[in-house]
Amino acid sequence: MAMFSAFNRLALQGFGGVLPVAQRELVDRLQWLTPQQFLELLSLSQVLPGPNIINLGLILGDRHFGWRGAVAAMAGLLLAPTGIVLLLAISAAQLRDVPQVAGALRGMGVVAAGLVLSTAIKLAPGLRDHVLGLPTAAALVLLTAAAIGLLRWPLVAVVLGLGAVSVALAWWRSGPEEPA
Amino acid sequence: MNPLLHTLLWGPLHFGAADWWQLFLHFMALSLLAVGGAITTVPDMQRFVVGEHRWLSDAQFNDCIALGQAAPGPNVLFVAVIGFSVGGLAGVLATLTGTLLPSATLALAASRWGHRNAQSRGLRAFTAGLTPLTIGLLVATGWILLQPVGLRLGAVALVAATLWLMLRTRRSPLWAIAAGAAAGLLGWV
Repeated sequence: MAMFSAFNRLALQGFGGVLPVAQRELVDRLQWLTPQQFLELLSLSQVLPGPNIINLGLILGDRHFGWRGAVAAMAGLLLAPTGIVLLLAISAAQLRDVPQVAGALRGMGVVAAGLVLSTAIKLAPGLRDHVLGLPTAAALVLLTAAAIGLLRWPLVAVVLGLGAVSVALAWWRSGPEEPA
Repeated sequence: MNPLLHTLLWGPLHFGAADWWQLFLHFMALSLLAVGGAITTVPDMQRFVVGEHRWLSDAQFNDCIALGQAAPGPNVLFVAVIGFSVGGLAGVLATLTGTLLPSATLALAASRWGHRNAQSRGLRAFTAGLTPLTIGLLVATGWILLQPVGLRLGAVALVAATLWLMLRTRRSPLWAIAAGAAAGLLGWV
């Protein structure tokens, strides 16, 4: 139940994407996860196919309460927002041409961009103790951002290409001497 | 049946059981290709729904995506709007469960396997290697979301204000969203 209401709460706050809200709720407010744990869970959710935030909710719910926790997190994320988005869809036909509505949507889109960027900034300190060292990790961040954001390369190619390089480096650097 | 109720359940088109299965199976197939989120499979959804079946026009399809982004909740809900526009509530069932069922099953299986083998060197290298990419993808997403508006003064100020609120205060992001809606309403961005 806590799982349902936590994810319901963060889903309903998430205009233009739930991820920034998830970071604030799960790490800052509820303190269910440390920033490092959040970053690792997020990375796992991004590699797996499917919506990142839903994967994150499923995995977190499952680790704490088994399949019931997973179902609760997913229901919390989807139930109320699906109802709202369908009501919006029904009324959209009438509202589409009102310039004020279009303007408000545009403004909310800009804020959504700021929210995603703030998530990136908050997660960045997690790279300080990164196994690749800060300079290499930072270079990988910039390369990824440029390849997807500026060059618009397909995601699969970037993840398989840069991701493979990065994972291989991490494998090599982590070394067998560390406790396995 | 009451025609209004019929439209609600099955949508405005003559959408039948065979169409429903096609929609469901197509979204199931895309589910496992959606690395990085459902938004990455939009081009193929468009090809299927608009190009191949002509269930929606180009403009209608774009409206579905915009609505999904604007509404509260996960962005993946744009697939529910596509489903609703094509086939009413039955269409929602087809697109939403089609999109989520395969990926959710895989996520749970992978997570349980990963948790048991959390200490293996391979898995540690895997997650550590991907964290810089995760942050890079967030930066790219922020950048792409800004493109429709461009780097105009109002937009830059709004992004700066959002960053300040999120990094320097403990207020809910809802304040930033409300401010953004107001600024847009007044024509500042």
